[in-house]
Amino acid sequence: MSAPIQLRPDETFILNVGPQHPATHGVLRVKMQMDGEYIVKSETVLGYVHRMHEKMGENRTYAQFLPNLSRLDYLGALGYTHGHVLAIERAAGIEVPERAEYIRAITVELNRVASHLFWFGAFVMDLGGFSPLMYAIQDREHILDMLEAVTGARLTYCYYRFGGLYNDVDDNFIEAAKRFIPRMRKSLKKYDALVTGNIIFRKRLEGIAPVSAEMCRKYGATGPVARGSGINFDVRKNEPYSVYPEFDFDIPVYHECDSLARYRVRMDEMEQSLRIIEQGLEKLPDGPFMAEKKPKTIKLPVGDYYQAVETARGSFGIRIVSDGDKNAYRLKLRSPTYSNMHLFDEACEGMLIMDALAFMGSLDLVIPEIDR
Amino acid sequence: MGGYFSEILYGSKSLLVGMGITFREFFKPTVTVQYPYQTIKMSARFRGHIELIADAEGKPKCVVCGMCERACPSGCITLGSTSVEVEVDGKVKKKKILSKYELDFTKCSLCGQCVENCNFGALEFSKEYNLASTRKEDFHFNLLKRLEERNA
Repeated sequence: MSAPIQLRPDETFILNVGPQHPATHGVLRVKMQMDGEYIVKSETVLGYVHRMHEKMGENRTYAQFLPNLSRLDYLGALGYTHGHVLAIERAAGIEVPERAEYIRAITVELNRVASHLFWFGAFVMDLGGFSPLMYAIQDREHILDMLEAVTGARLTYCYYRFGGLYNDVDDNFIEAAKRFIPRMRKSLKKYDALVTGNIIFRKRLEGIAPVSAEMCRKYGATGPVARGSGINFDVRKNEPYSVYPEFDFDIPVYHECDSLARYRVRMDEMEQSLRIIEQGLEKLPDGPFMAEKKPKTIKLPVGDYYQAVETARGSFGIRIVSDGDKNAYRLKLRSPTYSNMHLFDEACEGMLIMDALAFMGSLDLVIPEIDR
Repeated sequence: MGGYFSEILYGSKSLLVGMGITFREFFKPTVTVQYPYQTIKMSARFRGHIELIADAEGKPKCVVCGMCERACPSGCITLGSTSVEVEVDGKVKKKKILSKYELDFTKCSLCGQCVENCNFGALEFSKEYNLASTRKEDFHFNLLKRLEERNA
């Protein structure tokens, strides 16, 4: 019998999480230098699903680039396409009918709820609870059915067009959305009792993985991650776009900076999104859903254009540099999770591996959106 | 010491509340569908791959203008045409007739630009979604042949 392997007390080893690992929710690789169960240093490795979306945007016409945007973030695709159409419309000076903007706001908020629901399920599953995922998916299914009936797709929507929408919403959609709101409110109460109050859940999140507001600013983190650290920043309020100034809603902000705060921000955001949908359905004006005056092929005047929108994951920005041609000279996509993920390396130093994986879940990473 | 016991109390209560919720879910009706024995009808706007629309005579409505080919972001549509001479009001005119309409579904992202850009209403979305295959050739659709098969 051989003697057991003796490690030197100061010896560390490298742990490779991913690129294929259920906790990373995609093809993200994290190299961790471990001292026992504690992380000494961590390094995230990107690029496993890089598809050159920016370069594609420079080689396609603006209309041809539309389907690409929904491939960035497959859980909250509508927010990204919204940013693109808004940028082009502002640059080309296209007037969008009010009805189209209201429908855009309603569908984006529905998509945000769907995205948060899936995150909620997956996050609790990361911590070892399986049932909440099933309940969340059941609620999300209602949203996907609604959006499928309107847009024709379940995940990778291509619904918005420059100057309006691909298709108008019908009464069935409005009825279904009105039915969905009270159902979702009831579900949110259920989730609160089932998960938020759970002792195991709280012990694993409360006071764990503090991310200071300063660190958020340093890495450019936005969205629920920043709002969980006490930064009151939401593009919908700070740089209003579309018809958001017409709605009465709050931005949930928590100052605890821990994983639980980020969880609470998202849960509260779902309620706020429901409020926006409710008001949107009430105020929905009649009229055309597509602009009448619209150039057939869109050519932007020479210049530099930027548009930011608040997606489910944070502030998404699209920058278009035009030289007057049919396609962009340079197209830059600023994706929120790219910045949110980068604080992981610094924040997880000295953390237990199990806490680090829970922390990663609370950042709500969607890898295709990081790599683009 | 008091904190210790109150935490046990709080913890046990929270677990019982959670178990109560999952227990009640037992008696809720089943929401899943037993695929492939049961299927759901696709919604009217469901976007599958494209399909040619036939006119009253069973011929494709397509006039080979090539708008769909140009609009496609991924270049997955290939058109072919033959030129025939037809008599219209006693004059002989040349007319293009569709001889090939190939869709490379491996590249298609189902954006619907082709259908939207068609000025002649010659394209529609199929409701077909059972398209799994292990061979790449199965996704190269000959839409003209599919139309003939549907007509037959």
